[in-house]
Amino acid sequence: MGTSDGVWSAQDTKPSEIEEALRDLLRQRHEESDAFVPARVLNLVVVTDREWRGEVQNRLDRVGRFHASRTILCAVEPRRETIDAFATVTATEGDDVKPEELSVGQEEVILDIGERHLEALQTIVDPLVVTDLATLVWAPHGHSKAVDALMDIAQIVLLDSVNEPDPTSAVKRAKELAERAYVVDLAWLRTTPWRERVASTFDPPQWRGELSKVSAVTVRHRPDSAIAGLLFVGWLATRLGWQTSSMVNQNGSKQGSASSRRQDVKLRLEPDPSMNAPGLAGITLETASGTSISLDRGPGGLTARRTDRKGHEWEWTVMGASRGESGILGEGIRQALLRDHTYGPALAAAEQMMS
Amino acid sequence: MATEAKTAEEQDENPLAEGLERLPIHPTTLTIFGATGDLAKRKLLPALYNLAHEGALPERFNLIGCSRTEYSDDEFRVLAKESIEEFSRRKTDDKVLAALVEGIRYVTGSADDPEVYEQLEKVTAELDEEAGIDFNRIYYLSTAPSLFPVIVGQLGERGLDHHEGSEVRVVIEKPIGTNLREAKELNAAVLDVLDEDQAFRIDHYLGKETVQNVMAFRFANGLFEPIWNRNFIDSVQITAAEDIGIGSRAGYYDTSGAVRDLVQNHMLQLLCLLCMEPPVNFSADEVRDEKVKVLHAINPPELSEVPEMAVRAQYAAGVAGGEEVAGYLDEEDVPKDSHTETFAALRLEVDNWRWAGVPIYLRAGKRLARKITEIAITLKPVPHLAFKQDGGSVGVQPNQIVLTVQPNEGASISLGAKIPGTRMRIRPVNMEFLYGTAFMSESPEAYERLIMDAMRGDATLFTRDDEVEAQWTIIDPILEAWAGDDGDVAQYEAGSEGPEEADAILRPGHRWRQI
Repeated sequence: MGTSDGVWSAQDTKPSEIEEALRDLLRQRHEESDAFVPARVLNLVVVTDREWRGEVQNRLDRVGRFHASRTILCAVEPRRETIDAFATVTATEGDDVKPEELSVGQEEVILDIGERHLEALQTIVDPLVVTDLATLVWAPHGHSKAVDALMDIAQIVLLDSVNEPDPTSAVKRAKELAERAYVVDLAWLRTTPWRERVASTFDPPQWRGELSKVSAVTVRHRPDSAIAGLLFVGWLATRLGWQTSSMVNQNGSKQGSASSRRQDVKLRLEPDPSMNAPGLAGITLETASGTSISLDRGPGGLTARRTDRKGHEWEWTVMGASRGESGILGEGIRQALLRDHTYGPALAAAEQMMS
Repeated sequence: MATEAKTAEEQDENPLAEGLERLPIHPTTLTIFGATGDLAKRKLLPALYNLAHEGALPERFNLIGCSRTEYSDDEFRVLAKESIEEFSRRKTDDKVLAALVEGIRYVTGSADDPEVYEQLEKVTAELDEEAGIDFNRIYYLSTAPSLFPVIVGQLGERGLDHHEGSEVRVVIEKPIGTNLREAKELNAAVLDVLDEDQAFRIDHYLGKETVQNVMAFRFANGLFEPIWNRNFIDSVQITAAEDIGIGSRAGYYDTSGAVRDLVQNHMLQLLCLLCMEPPVNFSADEVRDEKVKVLHAINPPELSEVPEMAVRAQYAAGVAGGEEVAGYLDEEDVPKDSHTETFAALRLEVDNWRWAGVPIYLRAGKRLARKITEIAITLKPVPHLAFKQDGGSVGVQPNQIVLTVQPNEGASISLGAKIPGTRMRIRPVNMEFLYGTAFMSESPEAYERLIMDAMRGDATLFTRDDEVEAQWTIIDPILEAWAGDDGDVAQYEAGSEGPEEADAILRPGHRWRQI
């Protein structure tokens, strides 16, 4: 995309000066082009260590269309006392904009701040967000103190439970945040294609009855992504009315069971060290009537296998392009303005399985 | 853990579908008739790829191409792959494309050849057999309109119109006839074989996000409904202007013209969405019932009334986009004595309680000043004006609500505002909402949405038989009057706002909005 930037920067500055500079940049843009219109979708506030600032910016650059309209990136340096700021207003231009079309602009503010600023970070960020737009907070490398401070001005928190040290703390942190804001969890979004496909598999009326006969669920996941597997199982359990209980660690995997109305359901989470990307590697559902359905990552989508009680096997590809980690992040930003009411119950079931 | 969810046995609905953005679709085999044609190559195959890329196709999906051109399965796969790579709206993913293409089957033959249908039956049965399930069948007629009844008839002859254990649907491209008689004949031929709920008549305009947003705008905002009637609305203008000429489409366009090409289908659809009563729900028949009521409330003109309510014109040579361009009659392959209109303007009235007396102006044309499709609703002036109308301002103007369908999709409302200064001077200002600035998502191509809906069996955005016939009932007298008029067709300069003659159908005090 062809873009042009209006730029402003200052050292040892304060929020009111930054806010004024943003207004000036926008005014300049309007004067330069009648076609310029600032996007007004979402504020995104990112808190990261100064050393990860470039990496975070690269990740945000790759999310495609799903940019927030105003991004405020707070880069934290331990001993910094003052605030430096760099603001840009970017607009599509040139060959990308036909004469009759709009030139849509986005704003980005990079703040270099110190750890001392984190406790009252909301007082720095509040003047900089666009009023009346929803505000999403994302702290990819911890900084829970900053996230807590921003809860007064943010309605949504983006987190990746896979980054927490273990599933128990991941569930705990997500539950805490969910009490104060709407949570978009990238670990949950990584399970979306799997949830959609399992729902599709059992959608034909002649197979829907098999749902009540599910007797075993095995989820294969990257070793650090057990939480994604737990959320998937939690989703199945809550949607199908299963009673879940604690899982136990056994030979590197987690095992447990749930009770459905008809029978017990064996639950198993298996780490798959061959997986490169975070998330799930495959799932298998078995039923008491002797059929099994499995989905595994494969070329061009998911490789599906169905086996019936007589041992007949069918294999096919469920088409879909891999979204990649940048696609997952973009989806997380998009989901900030939607509401998924199935995550909360799945998270509660996951908590129960980790108790 | 205990939940309130019912068990699967207790539910008619799929309990796993709750909360998913993308709802499950029954496994489907889609057969495209006319699979080597332009529409298939430019729109349908790329749309299918994009659905596959997003993981939006049914979990199990088969594609069969069918056309007269002799191809093997492999040769058609190459054609499909090349078409997708050339016309897809996104860069293709090699693995997804390979997965889509490798399963494609192809059947060669003429649409009237029974062997084609025998072969289709064999291939679809094989696909069922291999998968161990009964796929839904969708037959997409992307052929010349004259073949629509032939294909549907042959499907019926061979018994392919129904299949035990699955749904069979037929998607029919426009045009549904070129007049009321033909539309009725085609509908009769289709419904002789199929049930109405199996027939999916495409008007791809309805697949556009911004067209659907007319319904959201009206029925999701309490702000507008109280004023959406004859008491507050003075007039409505619906414009579909193109800045381009007919290009290389003389063969089609000269037998069609602006009314058949745009007004009878797309613009009357916009009119219906704008004027219909709130449906009880958004199920296909509830929405279409309300649209049909609007069409029934429009009195078709008598032949003698046509000159007072409809104007046609052709573009003459002029300058468009800084370039000198030829007039319509000088375009390649256009007969020198052609009376086909490249511009049409109509004044219609919806004679019902809500709209009686409100003129609804429709205007469509090629080689106009710019490309724009919009609906402009002009409200009545305020009943009493306390401000003086002098003082160097344009003064208080009636409010306008403008819904722009393309290119800058959005809505704007003009409001009177005080000009800064010591005097009370008023001029209109615009309050705008622009899609491009308020949503992050890229709108899917209309064909992607409509193919998905056909696979889901949701006919809301497809045209019902009585709807098509009601459209033609309004349009037929206009075309008939014009066909009987051998006089000169009015001309307008290419790149202009259209012919002056269009002013003649306006009610006193009204004027066309600037294109």
